[in-house]
Amino acid sequence: MKKFSIFSLARNALSHHERWPEQWRSPAPKPAYDVIIIGAGGHGLATAYYLAALHGITNVAVLEKGWLGGGNTGRNTTVIRSNYLWDESAALYEHSLKLWEGLAQELNYNLMFSQRGVLNLIHNVHDLQEATRRVNANRLNAVDAELLSTEEVKAFCPILNTTAKTRYPIMGGTLQRRGGNARHDAVAWGYARAADARGVDIIQNCEVTGIDVEAGRVTGVQTTQGAIAAKKVGIVVAGHSSVLAAMAGFRLPIESHPLQALVSEPLKPVLNCVIMSNGVHVYVSQSDKGELVIGAGLDPPNSYSQRGGLHTIEDQMGAIVELIPIFSRVRMMRSWAGIVDVCPDASPVIGKTPVEGLYINGGWGTGGFKATPGSGWVLAHTMATDEPHPLNAPFALDRFTSGALIDEHAAAAVAH
Amino acid sequence: MRFRLKEGGRIDRAQRLRFTFNGRRYEGFAGDTLASALIANGTHLTSRSFKYHRPRGILTAGAEEPSALVQLGEGARTEPNLRATQVELYDGLTAAGVNAWPSANCDFAAWTGRLAPLFPAGFYYKTFLWPASFWKFVYEPTIRRMAGLGRAPEAPDPDSYDKRHVHCDVLVVGGGPAGIAAALAAGEAGARVLLVDEEATLGGALLGQRHKVDGVDGAAWAQAAAGRLAAMEEVRVLSRTTLFGYYDHNSLSAFERRTDHLGPGTPAGMSRQRLWNIKAGRVVLATGAHERPLVFADNDRPGIMLASAAQRYLNHYAALPGERAVLFTNNDAAYEAAHDIVEAGGTVGAVVDCRHEPAAPLAPKLEEAGVALHTGSVIAATHGTKRVRSVTVAKLGEGGGLSGEQYRIFCDSVLVSGGWNPAVHLFSQSAGKLAFEEARGIFLPGKATQALEAVGAANGSFGLASCLAEGAAAGARAAEAAGFGDGTPPPTPPVEAPEPGAITPFWLAPGQKPLGHGKAKHMVDHQDDVTAADIRLAAREGFRSVEHVKRYTTVGMGTDQGKTANVNGLAILADALGKTVPEVGFTTYRPPYTPVTFGALAGRDTGPLMDPVRRTAMHEWHEAEGAVFEPVGQWLRPWWYPRPGEDKHAAVARECRAVREAAGILDASTLGKIDIKGPDATTLLDMVYTNAFSTLKVGRVRYGLMCGDDGMVFDDGTTARLGENHYLMTTTTGNAAHVLEWLEEWLQTEWPELRVYCTSVTEQWATVALAGPRARDVLAAVAPEMALDTDSFPFMSVKEGIVAGVDARVFRISFTGELSFEINVPWQHGRRLWEALMEAGAAHGITPYGTEAMHVLRAERGFIIVGQETDGTTTPHDLGMDWIVSKKKSDFLGKRAWSREDSRREDRKQLVGILTDDPKKVLPEGTQLVETRGQPPIPMIGHVTSSYESPTLGRSIALALVRSGRARKGETIYAAPESGFLPCKVTEPVFYDPEGAKRDG
Amino acid sequence: MLWIDCPWCGARPETEFRYGGEAHIARPDPATTDDAGWADYLFMRSNPKGVHAERWMHREGCRRWFNALRDTVSNDVLTIYPMGTARPDAPGDEAGGG
Repeated sequence: MKKFSIFSLARNALSHHERWPEQWRSPAPKPAYDVIIIGAGGHGLATAYYLAALHGITNVAVLEKGWLGGGNTGRNTTVIRSNYLWDESAALYEHSLKLWEGLAQELNYNLMFSQRGVLNLIHNVHDLQEATRRVNANRLNAVDAELLSTEEVKAFCPILNTTAKTRYPIMGGTLQRRGGNARHDAVAWGYARAADARGVDIIQNCEVTGIDVEAGRVTGVQTTQGAIAAKKVGIVVAGHSSVLAAMAGFRLPIESHPLQALVSEPLKPVLNCVIMSNGVHVYVSQSDKGELVIGAGLDPPNSYSQRGGLHTIEDQMGAIVELIPIFSRVRMMRSWAGIVDVCPDASPVIGKTPVEGLYINGGWGTGGFKATPGSGWVLAHTMATDEPHPLNAPFALDRFTSGALIDEHAAAAVAH
Repeated sequence: MRFRLKEGGRIDRAQRLRFTFNGRRYEGFAGDTLASALIANGTHLTSRSFKYHRPRGILTAGAEEPSALVQLGEGARTEPNLRATQVELYDGLTAAGVNAWPSANCDFAAWTGRLAPLFPAGFYYKTFLWPASFWKFVYEPTIRRMAGLGRAPEAPDPDSYDKRHVHCDVLVVGGGPAGIAAALAAGEAGARVLLVDEEATLGGALLGQRHKVDGVDGAAWAQAAAGRLAAMEEVRVLSRTTLFGYYDHNSLSAFERRTDHLGPGTPAGMSRQRLWNIKAGRVVLATGAHERPLVFADNDRPGIMLASAAQRYLNHYAALPGERAVLFTNNDAAYEAAHDIVEAGGTVGAVVDCRHEPAAPLAPKLEEAGVALHTGSVIAATHGTKRVRSVTVAKLGEGGGLSGEQYRIFCDSVLVSGGWNPAVHLFSQSAGKLAFEEARGIFLPGKATQALEAVGAANGSFGLASCLAEGAAAGARAAEAAGFGDGTPPPTPPVEAPEPGAITPFWLAPGQKPLGHGKAKHMVDHQDDVTAADIRLAAREGFRSVEHVKRYTTVGMGTDQGKTANVNGLAILADALGKTVPEVGFTTYRPPYTPVTFGALAGRDTGPLMDPVRRTAMHEWHEAEGAVFEPVGQWLRPWWYPRPGEDKHAAVARECRAVREAAGILDASTLGKIDIKGPDATTLLDMVYTNAFSTLKVGRVRYGLMCGDDGMVFDDGTTARLGENHYLMTTTTGNAAHVLEWLEEWLQTEWPELRVYCTSVTEQWATVALAGPRARDVLAAVAPEMALDTDSFPFMSVKEGIVAGVDARVFRISFTGELSFEINVPWQHGRRLWEALMEAGAAHGITPYGTEAMHVLRAERGFIIVGQETDGTTTPHDLGMDWIVSKKKSDFLGKRAWSREDSRREDRKQLVGILTDDPKKVLPEGTQLVETRGQPPIPMIGHVTSSYESPTLGRSIALALVRSGRARKGETIYAAPESGFLPCKVTEPVFYDPEGAKRDG
Repeated sequence: MLWIDCPWCGARPETEFRYGGEAHIARPDPATTDDAGWADYLFMRSNPKGVHAERWMHREGCRRWFNALRDTVSNDVLTIYPMGTARPDAPGDEAGGG
């Protein structure tokens, strides 16, 4: 792998940028691999990278039905944080955040990881109780977290409407300063380039059409580019987990929904953090290019259409204009949808499946991007050793049978 | 207005308008756009490009404009990134080009252009990596300052927005000839038609041309047609309205600009913009086509514009593009622009046609007029900085390079035409598949998946006659599908217009140096400064999918979403990869077609209308008493009632004491109330509650817990048996709608054999909780006929009777631990009841109390609040409420789940009481609990769910969920970390009257 | 915006309805169902890419539940059928007899 730097840019400028090598190869599939990862999104590519980099397993293929990074990796709103309520979640996401913190250098790819802070707003007493609980839990888990008063919220993000003249006034917020954003495409490309350099074959336009199972053990996959044998196969196909599971003969506690997002036209810097509100349900940040990046809730019906309805966006724009009134004259430039697969407890499934040698990593719902490095790291460990790492052991499929859910909706109930 | 023709065009020369652009004053006419007025004044430089800050001018005359972006207006009404080509001029308009400081003319950041060799596509992925700490504090802040285009306003928007929802049989999108013909045909057949057009007047492409329809000027024909449409009762025409989104099931959305063209002349109170949500029977897409630029060296200098744009400025706005123009084309149709300029008295220096043997019908006429014709030639270079001053023309050689002599041609405008791209954006949004036609190098609508038809230029039919014919046919067919007419199209008028003629797709003109060498830029995306060399670099680096190339180079990612750039970029990529265009693929178009303000999308759903506000019948009384309100769901509930000089703490303490010592009165109307009737009502309740209701006697009340089939508590409340088959259930305030749906769902989907009706009566009954040792005395005064003694009216029973002169239901239930009556009267009598009780209670020290005091009182007594003591992971056993779980019932919702491994764990979190060692310390709700002091990470054993200063006990109290909590009673644990590892004792979760001695007064 | 053909109220916009997820998941007999079976009932879903049998309730209208077959790729609603009836064959399915 030729190193990227200002010097390589200058050197290549002299040759009119005509000597840059490919960032990754486009090889034809070999007949067999030690490990096949289905899905060349961020999580799949990260899994392949860590298999090669940490476990010495380089005879790996990553199969992608479209183009690498073209699913949810390239469609999300890029929020990164680790301020989760439950110990299991906090441990996994914090591990991921720590990996993010050195990832650009490790991959020699500028991921534009930007720790500009994630501010979660508080709108009522119930939010405040939940926020206090979460901030205290985060700090005991050594995850940075602060509870802000309304005045502190105003100081941190002056464009928020912190007056009482709003339907759901802002009563405060929680802040994770280490949270922020990254350039989503670069994450896929950076992992792809680094994995490719270690010998991993990334095979695009290669859709898996069947999973071969003999005597309860996986033996390979059928694809649009022919059959490929493998000792171990990982399903890392956010949105389509159920489809792949069905090929192997089992069902998952997962449903797929469109999740819409949108960006505004590029603006000069106006918002220097990530704002999230569960109370009025919207989140917004500003990309390095200047676009406001906005997301909100799912469209309820199950769908693989990558299309949502405008009503969902209308709702979230009402919320945005309410929170930040100066955005009313800003314009939506592009909207799109990804397909997210959602577990009943809003936590992912990472680990073994009923089929030996077949592993799954899915069900991340709306929050998978932030977990990309950690998710790949634990799945690589699980596939290399055939044992879950303590970080992902609680996220096994069998929690739905035992009842040991990791319910991240937990604090969302409203009553009295 | 040096470049304004003396006559012609459709501007109103009688109305002069003054405006300021980039700090200079100008004049224009009514009917101008900002772009046409600038051109009429000879100004082409408008703004700076995104990356290299290159001078940018006006490329187009419409919605596809990538380059002439302006910041319109100032102050709270300023708006960023508007296309000068679409801003209608009004008197006093001020605007400035974006991304330039101090001005587009003299831009400080133009140095970035000189460093361009270091900034190829994706350069930022390859650098700014060292030292790592510089990213946050140096590199990224610099990048962010350099990025972005316009500025957001700094003050809230003073304008209002609204929405309309409409149905139509036929929606016609686009008011050009095809759209007009479609609307006329469908309208005449009698269908309900909606015609949506983004411009101020109908006509579309006719407005830029001198073609005749029905013997008259095309624009005049369009105006006449508009008049005919306006006279049809079922036809509505929306001008200045952009159909921007095509969603599922023929749902479409449009964005109408109602006042933007009026400027300061806007009538007060008129909404600025309107969102139209449309449900269409059938859709006719007559969205026209966008002319595509040619890609050649330094093709982005101000003064270089699309041939059709020059034609539009000339014919519609009577503005010449400059003193001397050069046309660069690959097709016959563009000759018309040069011809129109010559006809209007302008000068065309040369026509450069990349085709070796073009046979454009207008070529001889132009040569007659003295225009030099360079065939088989390209523009190899352009010159001039803030305005094109000349071009270098050279012959195309074999193998794609230049050959022979190069000519310098002086000019101040260059008209370019690379052919036309059908505007297939909405078709693609509708989930229709596109098809590529090699001959003309265009994407066409393929198979439709919704009830729609694309016609005219949007369908690749560029001739005027065929536009009219296709439009009329589609309009008639769409009307017939809705049951109007027989589908026969009306005859279309005769036209005088040339046929579109021949075209040879041509994607990349060679420059004087190899691509990417030297300073020349072959601009593909004018906004984001994406060059042909950038696209080749991406291909070289392994980015082979069009989606990758878009994302790596940002081609097509600007505010215009690549309307002029995408197809050229795709073809250049295909060429670089040695593939055909369809092999490289095509991106799917996403809404919106052009940008839509957040304000219009939000409409009126902001402020108080963002979410309905629900108020009780006694709300105004609470307000008059100065109550502080707590939002609970959509409701506003009195939180506490401060008296003069009281803070929250003092008010709550006083309210609590009143309830414990005398009488308090609480507005409990917001609790959900569900009337349940039917022969199987008891069976239903036995299934949805953990305890049994079949044993409840008529006239009695029982508290119940509801669980999901996952075993977790999700609601609680009391249910009264009013008759053998008649119950009144209460729910928590926030869950009322959910519980009703829960019951209905089970009844309709799982137990349809049960004969039960459930009706929400929350807003039929106003509810007052009267609590305290004097409650009976107070009630007796207003309900003299009701027997209130404990024997006649025991705890957990219900009575009907007259209270305060009104029919009432009175429940003897208590959420405070004190003697308590919950009195329900019809909603409209709520205030009367409240005031009667206040009056009768005056002698007994009656005190209104709010939700905060209610919380304190119930916590003292150890009563839970669902959503506070529970969080969706809590079972009845966790709450220590085994007493409410039936051991006899064989089945009810939730039961099965408790035998799962995790539910059986001994070390689950259990509800306990917590007393801080320091009685003055009140723990914040949400505080975590740990076994030892120390440095994080520290394992947590639970958290505080409720915590108050208890006036009754004179100390702080708290409830908490703690791992194996019941076994820890008496243990010391610590509240952490914000509370500083404060020691506390684990206790019973009941702090007051554990025997329940107070409930009877 | 999907338009759902409520059997009682006619075609109405999606926002008037509550989506009820996969249809035909009967509550099993708790006495004879093991933990895995209970997890199956509570959590496991087929989530097909293609025709999905699902439930809707017209919340802002008649508040009646009904079933629908919808294609989860195109979002086309293929048919609407009453609660408690078996899943019909999708229209256009040539093998279908229902």
